[in-house]
Amino acid sequence: MGQKITIEPVTRVEGHGKVTIHLNNEGNIEQTRLHIVEFRGFERFVQGRPYWEMPVLVQRLCGICPVSHHLAAAKALDVIVGAGDGNDLTPTGEKMRRLMHYGQIFQSHTLHFFHLASPDLLFGIDSDPMKRNVIGIAAANRDLAVQAIMMRKYGQEVILATAGKKIHGTGAIPGGINKHLSEEERDYLLKGDDYMNIDKMISWSQDALEFFKDYHKKNKEIIDSFIEFPSSYLSLIRKDGALDLYHGVLRAVDAQGKKILHDVDYQEYYKYIDEEVRSWSYMKFPYLKEIGKKNGWYTVGPLARMNTADFIDTPLAQKEFEAFKAYNNGKPSLRPMHSHWARLIEILHSAEKIKMLLNDPDLMEGELVRKGTKRDEGVGLVEAPRGTLFHHYKIDDNDQIIMANLIVSTTNNNQPMNEAVNQVATKVMTGKKEITEGMMNAVEVAIRAYDPCLSCATHALGRMPLELSLFDADNNLIDRKTK
Amino acid sequence: MKEPLKILVYGYGNPGRQDDGLGVLLSEKIEEWAREKEMNHLQTDSNYQLNIEDASRISAFDLVIFADALQEDIKGYAYTPLKPSAKVDFTMHSVSPAFILNLCHEVYHKKPLTYLLHIRGYEWEFMKDMTPEARKNMEEAAGFLKKKILEYKK
Repeated sequence: MGQKITIEPVTRVEGHGKVTIHLNNEGNIEQTRLHIVEFRGFERFVQGRPYWEMPVLVQRLCGICPVSHHLAAAKALDVIVGAGDGNDLTPTGEKMRRLMHYGQIFQSHTLHFFHLASPDLLFGIDSDPMKRNVIGIAAANRDLAVQAIMMRKYGQEVILATAGKKIHGTGAIPGGINKHLSEEERDYLLKGDDYMNIDKMISWSQDALEFFKDYHKKNKEIIDSFIEFPSSYLSLIRKDGALDLYHGVLRAVDAQGKKILHDVDYQEYYKYIDEEVRSWSYMKFPYLKEIGKKNGWYTVGPLARMNTADFIDTPLAQKEFEAFKAYNNGKPSLRPMHSHWARLIEILHSAEKIKMLLNDPDLMEGELVRKGTKRDEGVGLVEAPRGTLFHHYKIDDNDQIIMANLIVSTTNNNQPMNEAVNQVATKVMTGKKEITEGMMNAVEVAIRAYDPCLSCATHALGRMPLELSLFDADNNLIDRKTK
Repeated sequence: MKEPLKILVYGYGNPGRQDDGLGVLLSEKIEEWAREKEMNHLQTDSNYQLNIEDASRISAFDLVIFADALQEDIKGYAYTPLKPSAKVDFTMHSVSPAFILNLCHEVYHKKPLTYLLHIRGYEWEFMKDMTPEARKNMEEAAGFLKKKILEYKK
């Protein structure tokens, strides 16, 4: 008799997701599926609203990465107000937005590493779940916990200084930005007391990388062998091949590193990317049209960005990038656990970028907004912490939105997350009749390597508890675990 | 003369999602009141959700009140003392007030007196306007909290 295991998050509002693992009569894994109930009501909700509301309105989607939605929407509207397709903003407009974006990446990646990843690394995947968080870290290494808190806080302060407020920030507007950075804000972020300065952030970013590399040396089986499968990778990339988290062209490479999407203009993303609907999942499966539905899926996020980029334009992160590339023999890393490594390189890169920007006088003076001949359609992309985020809008003659399409990073990673779950489940659950905490967390670790935002995909107001149920072939419940 | 307690009222939720913004609105009400009454010992803050950096924020206060919307059926609002907890959700992109309090104890060795003010909400759609019932609950909760704050003395 076969069995089915279900891992099911339950949320306060409409969204939820679950993992089902089907065992056959011999207890072997027959099929695994990650289901996330993607709620696309937002695209309908915004229809009829004036376009200029979008950068603030999209922050209703999710309070977890509102800055990414804010900036992607603003970039799409730059096109609509005739301010160009991302290359033509005023220096102040572009640099203030970049500062906001690097602040967001810095704080989001920091949270992921210190609060999600490092506890698994410090205490082990099957350790007490009450210990596997930043409180556990605080007990084991208080300085590391203080670093986590202060790095998060620093990133939030950068966002506050550029977006204007914590909730429903208004910084980015169609065609530019609505404020300069004040001298007081710059000095606070550049050389603040009590750890709150950029040099400390750079130094701590380097420390975090050293912590990871040391762990990696001693635990290669977790980082290198826990999960590995071939994938294609997609991201924005600067025209000269540099890592660029804010703007660029779209590049995809295959598992060997061969370009399969050749640095194309993302205004025409729909010529290259489509989304497949599968009967068993509410979340769509994006794929590269030229390769087809079956094999055209791709991974986005920090690992994808390391795999598509030719170099990084900040010296300390470039050095780390070279080490990462050398370790993978110049080929794409096919190991999702290397996402943690990639994320740390991006933390360092973001800190370096923040320092460069804070020293740039363009942030404190100069024209804020540019406008030109209006258009009726625009696409905006950013590399959000979790990967490529697409916003696409069309407007009518009354300036009202008539079409909106959003592809969030978690949706882009739908198939790779399914692949990862399948591989880990096969490894830890084959032949098992009971769900242990270790098994549950092994599956979670695989999913969490992608840092999925279920809230973003499901609009679920941020609550993501997890339930795991085990069924036999006749759908009889054998075991259930909730956390 | 005794120094007054340093108090923080911290509302969290998404005001773009109808009643989810109840805590944030309450925090704004209290901020306005504190300004009118020139209560410099009373500060407010708000955000979409709580996260680990808030442990540093609350460590500077004697009394902290977290205000949040609640879907469960309570009578208008509920004011309860908060106990620290290490329990976290699956992806941990946000954390609970109890987790923040625990982190504050562990990292900063500070133990502010902490309460949770839950306000009953009803609708969570992509709309800015709260339901009239939720707004009424929030007004009553704000009235209650103002009285409470005046009662707290060192």
